[in-house]
Amino acid sequence: MTELALLALQVTDPLRLPNLVPFMIFTVIKMITVFTVTLVGVALLTLAERKISAWIQDRHGPNRVGPGGLLQPAADGLKNIMKEETYPDAAYKPIFILAPMLAFIPALLTFAVIPFASPISTRWGRIDMVVADLPIGFLYILALTSLGVYGIVLAGWSSNNKYSLLGGLRSSAQMVSYEISMGLSTVAVLLVAGNVSLNEIIFQQATTVWNFFGLTIAFFIFLVAAFAETNRLPFDLPEAESELIAGYHTEYSAMKFSMFFIAEYSNMVTASALIATLFFGGWDIPFTLWDNQAPWTIWKTLATATAFSVKVLFFLFFYMWVRWTLPRFRYDQLMSLGWKFMLPVALVYVIVIAALLLWLDWLGIRPGAMWGAILGGVNVMLAAILFVMLDHGKLISPASSRAQADRLARLRAMGVRPALTPDSVH
Amino acid sequence: MATLKRTVEVALGTSGIDRSGRAVRSPLTVTENGGVSTLEPPPPIEPQLEGEHMLINIGPQHPATHGVLRLVLELDGETVVRCIPHVGYLHCGFEKIGEYRQYNQIIPWTDREDYLNSIGNNVAFALGAERLFGIDVTPRCVVLRVIAMELSRIISHLVWLGTTCIDIGAFTPFLWSFEQRENVYKLLEDWVGARLTTSATRVGGMAADIPNGWMENLNFFIRNFPKTIDEVDRMLTRNAIWVGRTVGIGAMTGEEAVNYGLSGPMVRASGVAFDVRRDFPYLDYETYDFDVPVGSHGDVYDRYLVRVEELRQSVRILEQAAKRLPDGPVNIDDHRVILPPKSKAMSDMESMIHHFKQVMEGARPPLGESYVAVESPKGEKGYYMVSDGTGKPVRWRIRPPSFVNLSAISKMVEGHLLSDVIAINASIDIVMGEIDR
Repeated sequence: MTELALLALQVTDPLRLPNLVPFMIFTVIKMITVFTVTLVGVALLTLAERKISAWIQDRHGPNRVGPGGLLQPAADGLKNIMKEETYPDAAYKPIFILAPMLAFIPALLTFAVIPFASPISTRWGRIDMVVADLPIGFLYILALTSLGVYGIVLAGWSSNNKYSLLGGLRSSAQMVSYEISMGLSTVAVLLVAGNVSLNEIIFQQATTVWNFFGLTIAFFIFLVAAFAETNRLPFDLPEAESELIAGYHTEYSAMKFSMFFIAEYSNMVTASALIATLFFGGWDIPFTLWDNQAPWTIWKTLATATAFSVKVLFFLFFYMWVRWTLPRFRYDQLMSLGWKFMLPVALVYVIVIAALLLWLDWLGIRPGAMWGAILGGVNVMLAAILFVMLDHGKLISPASSRAQADRLARLRAMGVRPALTPDSVH
Repeated sequence: MATLKRTVEVALGTSGIDRSGRAVRSPLTVTENGGVSTLEPPPPIEPQLEGEHMLINIGPQHPATHGVLRLVLELDGETVVRCIPHVGYLHCGFEKIGEYRQYNQIIPWTDREDYLNSIGNNVAFALGAERLFGIDVTPRCVVLRVIAMELSRIISHLVWLGTTCIDIGAFTPFLWSFEQRENVYKLLEDWVGARLTTSATRVGGMAADIPNGWMENLNFFIRNFPKTIDEVDRMLTRNAIWVGRTVGIGAMTGEEAVNYGLSGPMVRASGVAFDVRRDFPYLDYETYDFDVPVGSHGDVYDRYLVRVEELRQSVRILEQAAKRLPDGPVNIDDHRVILPPKSKAMSDMESMIHHFKQVMEGARPPLGESYVAVESPKGEKGYYMVSDGTGKPVRWRIRPPSFVNLSAISKMVEGHLLSDVIAINASIDIVMGEIDR
């Protein structure tokens, strides 16, 4: 009850929001805006993906439906709705139906705490351009992104299909491994900002230096982990088409199938927004400070929203660019990259950054231009050490996985059921 | 009745391991009445871990099996414990059908066995039939056939490159290589009228001479094609992920490769410099200046490097062939073997008889047999045919390089991960039409 009372107090705080009704109205408007923009964006992203891949691959891409293929997503959506929903006999139906929703919801929920523009001053007080300005915004994100794996694992398991099961297994292992590096890489961001509220993180970057320049290594770790979290190439092992047919969604059809796609693209949007917020100053317009201080006007909001969109779109483009350029990792390489390389680096990096901040504090340098310059200088040094140390051969070990002849023979003997005898095969 | 005739070692059905950890193979005896009885049962082995192996089918319907190959894999986690390839899903009986066809009528069947190398097969079959007939083709025809063979090698290697890239997850090089493949197909279409099922050769010549202006198009292609090779090269050869996915995967030593009878890029990647074009030249290949690329580790990466280098070498051969293409007739001047022109058949009595005899009975080779091996993109491709003096071969057989290369897949994949099976399978470069025939 205390929490509720506190919440009520906060909502009715006269300095902040004098009235509950405008607050509710604005929240609903923001919710609808974010939801619509995300979903329409996702639809357009599928088109963008095909157009960008076509551009990379010297071809035209969809150009029949609507001007320049603009209505292609609508046509695809209509097709998926009209298609027959199939249910495999062996599937466990409740979870089979639940899984696409579970994959889809966390991606949208995460977006609720990401600030997408500068606040507006209204006669009812300052309205923050974020659906829910949680004081613990960042922890909320970490909690929700871990939920995303359930949709995939449950889809893989409930399909009762070997390919799906392997896809589900791969994704659970992959997401659990990269979750840790992702979380640790953001600890550095939180240390620098001294806060877990995303708005505070943005203000800190606007007044000192973007975290990309201060915390490049954390950025790279977060970027790689974000690719792994969203199951995109080069980490798309759960749905590795050439190996596992379609992985966890092999048995899905019609709208349930396309839910996984919507989930994938919403995850991409969220991950891009997070990268922009944590490392590229969110809605901050670079080289200026006028957008970070009062008076808050509608023009300022629009300008910062545009800046935010440009950043997010750039990372979405980057996602697609990488997808159509790189080959796919192998399962064990993915694991060793996550556990043997990224996790230790992230751990050491947190210690180094914490020590550095303590030292700056001890020297009495407050966050500001000087503080940012020192952070940037140390960062350049650290990045140089890491990337000079990095080498193709060290990162991805090629042939570590082949089982030797004796182990193979032991494995063969070990199978409880002698699976492959000449009788059982033919 | 003596029961023990011979002992057959069966690699399958391994029932245990000995002290040194090697698989115990139960010796089987084949009795007179055909029954199989085990001599001594293998000692029971206690499983050290609880766990059940998973059987998984890769194919015959699977995005990555390159046709209708079926691989039955026994997986421990994702490690392949056993792999048994199944072939025969595309069996068409080409060889048997050939016994009921005249020599020129078999040529369309050769399009369809290794359908990525159709014009190369046409040439190879024509070479075999011509050896049977004991005829030599004209100098222009020889050079045209070299051009056909090398264009066909380029097509096949491009398809291999593209599909392997897809199998390893890189989609873009696939479309780049297919764009160039399309250019080769345009050339072939201009020449023989068909893209895939070319049926370009006849015993004693070609179905058609090249049209006017074709050499300019060929030279344009020769000039532009290396750019695509360079692009793909830049994209993959030093790409950390590509290297990580291919180096050390499915490695065969040179000795193993030879023992398995591998040929083509497969054996060359293992360090054995065997190329039919160089070692047993046909079509005057000994007069062309080209290198035989050889790998050293025999893994997927070396096979990739060898094939990419072969693309460059094919361009070199094409350049030389384009320069030396002589004028003159394409077909030999012997209307007992090759059809006379229609105008002559309609006006000249002798030509009409030749036309009639060839259409009704087919050209008749002398009694005998011939075997011709060529370097197809997949390896040593042989055509063996036996003539009893009639217009149809009494026996026709293909030596398919894909089939022999595929036989080593179990050896290559066992112990690797599921993802590597796909990479290894792609690296063999199989065409099921040729394997199942």
